[in-house]
Amino acid sequence: MFGKGSREEGWGIQVSHVDRKFGKRLVLQDIDFEVKPAEIFGLLGPSGSGKTTLVKLMAGIDRPTSGTVVVGGVQMPRLDMLGKIGYMAQSDALYAELTAKENLDFFASLFGLRGRGRRRRIEEVMELVHLTDSMKKRVSTYSGGMKRRLSLAIAMLHRPRILILDEPTVGIDPALRVSIWNELRDMSQSGTTILVTTHVMDEAEKCHRLGMLRDGRLIAVGTPGELKASANVTTIEEAFLAFGGVRG
Amino acid sequence: MRVCALVVRIWRQFLHDKRTLMLMLVAPILILTLVSLVFNGNTYKPKIGTVDVPAMVTQRLAQEDVSLVSYSSTNSALEALKTQTIDAYISWQDGRPAVVLEGSDPSKNKAILLDLQQMAEASSPGPTGIQPKITYLYGSAKMSSFDNFGPALIGFFAFFFVFLVAGISFLKERTTGTLQRLVATPIRRWEIVAGYVAGFGLFTTIQAILIAWFCVDILGMMMNGRLINLLLITLLLSITALTLGTFLSSFANSEFQMMQFIPLVIVPQVFFSGLFNIDTMAVWLRWLSKIMPLYYGADAMRNVMIRGKGFTDIVMDLAVLLAFSLVFMVLNVLTLRKYRHV
Ligand SMILES: Nc1ncnc2c1ncn2[C@@H]1O[C@H](COP(=O)(O)OP(=O)(O)OP(=O)(O)O)[C@@H](O)[C@H]1O
Ligand SMILES: [Mg+2]
Repeated sequence: MFGKGSREEGWGIQVSHVDRKFGKRLVLQDIDFEVKPAEIFGLLGPSGSGKTTLVKLMAGIDRPTSGTVVVGGVQMPRLDMLGKIGYMAQSDALYAELTAKENLDFFASLFGLRGRGRRRRIEEVMELVHLTDSMKKRVSTYSGGMKRRLSLAIAMLHRPRILILDEPTVGIDPALRVSIWNELRDMSQSGTTILVTTHVMDEAEKCHRLGMLRDGRLIAVGTPGELKASANVTTIEEAFLAFGGVRG
Repeated sequence: MRVCALVVRIWRQFLHDKRTLMLMLVAPILILTLVSLVFNGNTYKPKIGTVDVPAMVTQRLAQEDVSLVSYSSTNSALEALKTQTIDAYISWQDGRPAVVLEGSDPSKNKAILLDLQQMAEASSPGPTGIQPKITYLYGSAKMSSFDNFGPALIGFFAFFFVFLVAGISFLKERTTGTLQRLVATPIRRWEIVAGYVAGFGLFTTIQAILIAWFCVDILGMMMNGRLINLLLITLLLSITALTLGTFLSSFANSEFQMMQFIPLVIVPQVFFSGLFNIDTMAVWLRWLSKIMPLYYGADAMRNVMIRGKGFTDIVMDLAVLLAFSLVFMVLNVLTLRKYRHV
């Protein structure tokens, strides 16, 4: 069920001994783990633990203070890798005065999509996030959840080999959340490597493997089952507290 | 290709934002119209009071462009002066004219003294009364002050609105996180800068054409050179403004902070753009003008519009503006490193 090794050409991510400092402040400390090809890897951690910072290093828009991040065999940050990675930022970065279609058009052409293929792909991703009817609306008239979905659609637009999603399902209703997770599972099955951050525990259960982040340190890595078993608890939440040294 | 995508996006944003569009197209026209109405008016006709002035002098005075009011005593004339009914009065003391001016407006003072001087010259045609023959190398006797500073004004608008609009839209790109999103795509840093320059450049060309056409054909501003040169100057000036605006926007955290650059960056340039005479300024201050893009832009504008000069005469100014733009573009590309290291 893990889709592990199902695709030889799938790309993995290796994070080795990564530190990230902002000024004197050490926000990430000796992070060392691997995301295997075609798996869904969840990064779990409380607010301020450094999830977004870590994810930006992997998306290639930031550089570690020390250590290396290797994506698909190439050390990041590298410009030519950016076209192979889909990134959905935590805050919706959309042009509010443009329509959804115009936003999609813009990002699609940045990724080199054009012509009929582009139009079809735009329709596909908008279908996926249930926004086809609101395609021509201005983004400023969108609700929070709609903006989130549009961001997700944009991240998937160019069929990236690696999809990095920073809290993708915030503000999205349960039914749609389920269908988005189904889609993510499909994508992973067809070889896309997916990295999501979340602090929703039941979403964590849906990941193939999890990394738990706390105060800039990776305190545990493993499948949800492994983590629960080794902490001798029944829920991810309890496991998280256990690894954090807070016995519940 | 990616530059094109950016250009298309900037245009679409413009088209959706009618207000900004209007600001950039209509505001300059509105202000220029106002300025032309204010400064193109007829020369001021001083109101002069007379007290016991010989009839011959009064006749002479009446030939100048003044309106005369006669008063019975200096006291009543003084009262009239105090209430600003008249600008000056002439009385006769010991067989000589004595003039008292209201004096609070230098331009009125000058006009009155000029009239009196002309009157004096006309009444005593001695050896000092040699009339010079006056010809104009550039401009003409009919040239109004609007013709004189109009070119600088066109340059100013090209600069000001682009500076503000481009600066703020780049700032918004940063504050809304779209810049962060943009650098997560394979777009190169120079492509972002080039996209902005091309997108806004295209737009400001249209703005420039509109302003130039309006000033020359509708307001009748003096235009002795070729329009294409005028447009070239405007375009380079607005690219300088654009790149400076986007560069400075990286030091602002909000639209309001962007506005704070206006007194720092825009207003000083106005002083050096030829609205005021630079030659009377202190030497170090004159040097300051050398680092102000608007100084070169306005200089080239005047050369084209008033002196009717051609491309070869403004090429130095254009080169300096181009150099400014290139420096600011490089600075832009470098500051974008803050958002992505490759
Ligand atoms: N550019 C920056 N400069 C200075 N400090 C930063 C910067 N970006 C993040 N930090 C700090 O790094 C820490 C981790 O931030 P980060 O955004 O990675 O947390 P997060 O796990 O994503 O939190 P959340 O769940 O709230 O999104 C925070 O304490 C934050 O203040
Ligand atoms: Mg975060």
